Amino acid sequence: MDFLTLIQVLDSTIRLATPLLLACLAGLFSERAGIFDIGLEGKMLAAAFFSAAIAAVTGNVWLGLLAGIAASLVLSALHGLASITFRGNQLISGLAVTMLAQGFTVLVAQSWFKQGGRTPALDMDARFGPITFPFADSVADVPVIGPIYSELLSGHSILVYLAFAAVPASWWILYRTRFGLRLRAVGENPAAVDTAGISVVGLRFAAVAICGVLCGIAGAYLATSLQANFVKDMTAGRGYIALAALIFAKWRPWHAMGACLLFGLLQAVAIRFQNIELGGITIPVQMMDALPYILTVVILAGFVGKAIPPKAGGEPYVKER
Amino acid sequence: MDKMPKWADVVLIPLISLILAAAISALVILAIGEDPVEAVKLMVDGALGSTYGWGYTLYYATNFLFTGLAVSVAFHARMFNIGGEGQAMLGGLGAALVCLYIPWPHWTMALLGASLGAAIFGAAWAAIPAYLQAKRGSHIVITTIMFNFIAAAVLNYVLVNLLRPKGSMDPATARFSETVHLPTLHEMLAPLGIAFNKAGPANVSFLVAIAACVAIWLLIWHTKLGFEIRAFGKSEQGALYAGISPFKITMIAMLISGGLAGMMAINNVMGEAERLVLNATEGAGFIGIAVALMGRSHPFGVFLSAILFGFLYQGGAELALWTKIPREMIVVIQALVILFTGALDNMVRMPLEKIFIALRRVKA
Repeated sequence: MDFLTLIQVLDSTIRLATPLLLACLAGLFSERAGIFDIGLEGKMLAAAFFSAAIAAVTGNVWLGLLAGIAASLVLSALHGLASITFRGNQLISGLAVTMLAQGFTVLVAQSWFKQGGRTPALDMDARFGPITFPFADSVADVPVIGPIYSELLSGHSILVYLAFAAVPASWWILYRTRFGLRLRAVGENPAAVDTAGISVVGLRFAAVAICGVLCGIAGAYLATSLQANFVKDMTAGRGYIALAALIFAKWRPWHAMGACLLFGLLQAVAIRFQNIELGGITIPVQMMDALPYILTVVILAGFVGKAIPPKAGGEPYVKER
Repeated sequence: MDKMPKWADVVLIPLISLILAAAISALVILAIGEDPVEAVKLMVDGALGSTYGWGYTLYYATNFLFTGLAVSVAFHARMFNIGGEGQAMLGGLGAALVCLYIPWPHWTMALLGASLGAAIFGAAWAAIPAYLQAKRGSHIVITTIMFNFIAAAVLNYVLVNLLRPKGSMDPATARFSETVHLPTLHEMLAPLGIAFNKAGPANVSFLVAIAACVAIWLLIWHTKLGFEIRAFGKSEQGALYAGISPFKITMIAMLISGGLAGMMAINNVMGEAERLVLNATEGAGFIGIAVALMGRSHPFGVFLSAILFGFLYQGGAELALWTKIPREMIVVIQALVILFTGALDNMVRMPLEKIFIALRRVKA
């Protein structure tokens, strides 16, 4: 493999890791506050559809992004209503949210655009186009540094940079602000937070809302930047890979970035090489597809360090007891 | 003291949830610009109005009976087996291998063998998450989700690289031989003088599914093991105190659950397609969750809701054929049923409980 191929693979790693990273950070906020969310997939899907649809109708990708975030927030609110207000089963709620999105997106797409459940292809100016760094073209010919700067780092859409900027931001919010401390506390010991006079319900809704916004951006990225329209089930399990990455990262922001880059790399390699020859053994492409899930099961099984979820995760908080 | 009489819990709450789901679905149909009343008529006519419709409705219902029972058994042990889809996929592989490589003299023996093969493969696929839950504390929901994706990759590999006949582009196995053909309802009812449409894929495995319902009912409420499963589901601490091994119950409940999900293959793989294709399960594993929630994890409830979902599936296909309402409408209905009967259960339950308590006060 030559240097340029390497750069190209890493470049597509960044593109493919972006939706995973946004969804993973979304799950991080929700689960750190004690609300399990297996509905990341559904929220991304809803956001992907509404961002592509609104961007196609208005020609303005920013309006599309807002619509995507709004759609994702509606599903977040539903998840919050079920799992916080009515103290229902968070896993069942997450599943219902995903199914709802899987059905509704195609349903609305079909009756709105009548193109077999997809949205019209977006023009270049109705998408998030690449941002070229200063001097990217002029240094492109410089060996080693040139391609890294102009191919790998420059030329992504603004949402990619936003996703990677969200990592330190999330870390700062969670570990260096009062809100973050309370959010983590509510996921570990909600009774203590309640005793301190802070609203458990309010904090959890805030966390679920942040999760909705991030999933919204992830979905919008899929449909308006990575691809140029919405197609049925276009998230293709990314919400679950993000969930896997979250466990892999043991619910920590910087590790989440590492995990998402790793899983993005697996996807990029699988797309580019199909079957891989490694010392006489052929690794089938299906193995690359399954690897994130297998790795997560191994991590969950505690063979490589123990993944301990937030203590109060999945448990609805009942005040009187 | 119970807050509500039992009939309210078993009948009223699912019914109200269903009505809520139906009302929202009607609004959605209105928004598309179709008439909900017409749509219901079309669905009833298409799914139940002819033996052709029944042939499909019962075929789908058979799938959902197996997956619904699978989810129910795990629910009784307070486990959420979201991996029915993957277990059913592997079950398909088990059934296909049995049908392809063993020269069965008669379909009855083949059915027995395929049931066994499908159940063993499905159970094996559930065994790993069960073991990890029981011994290593890995959350079974997450591991079974992961196993769904791994199953899809495994099946893809096996069909593309191993079982695909030479020269075929289609990622599917060869056709099973004629001797393992399961009699359809048409073939079973013809000797009795009952005319049943030829086209419907419903077959003898519908009867196997009903037998499974009875067997699970006996198991859960009339055996020591069933008692242990329910006790474990009600309170792990209590079960431990009573000398019930959590490891044993977790494993057994999940093995039964996975086996049932796998057994779906005798219907869709052996009974209908007569070969193993990619994505043979078509989401039936997930519908099992809706069926189990709706049926309150009771075999009879599962039976009723499996028929209901069979009706929705066949009716939905008819809708997609004759109106502007796409097939995905069923996915929406299914999601709404899961939402109302599962996640928003308390939304219906809390006001009802208040009403019943108020009624009791009036009486007293």
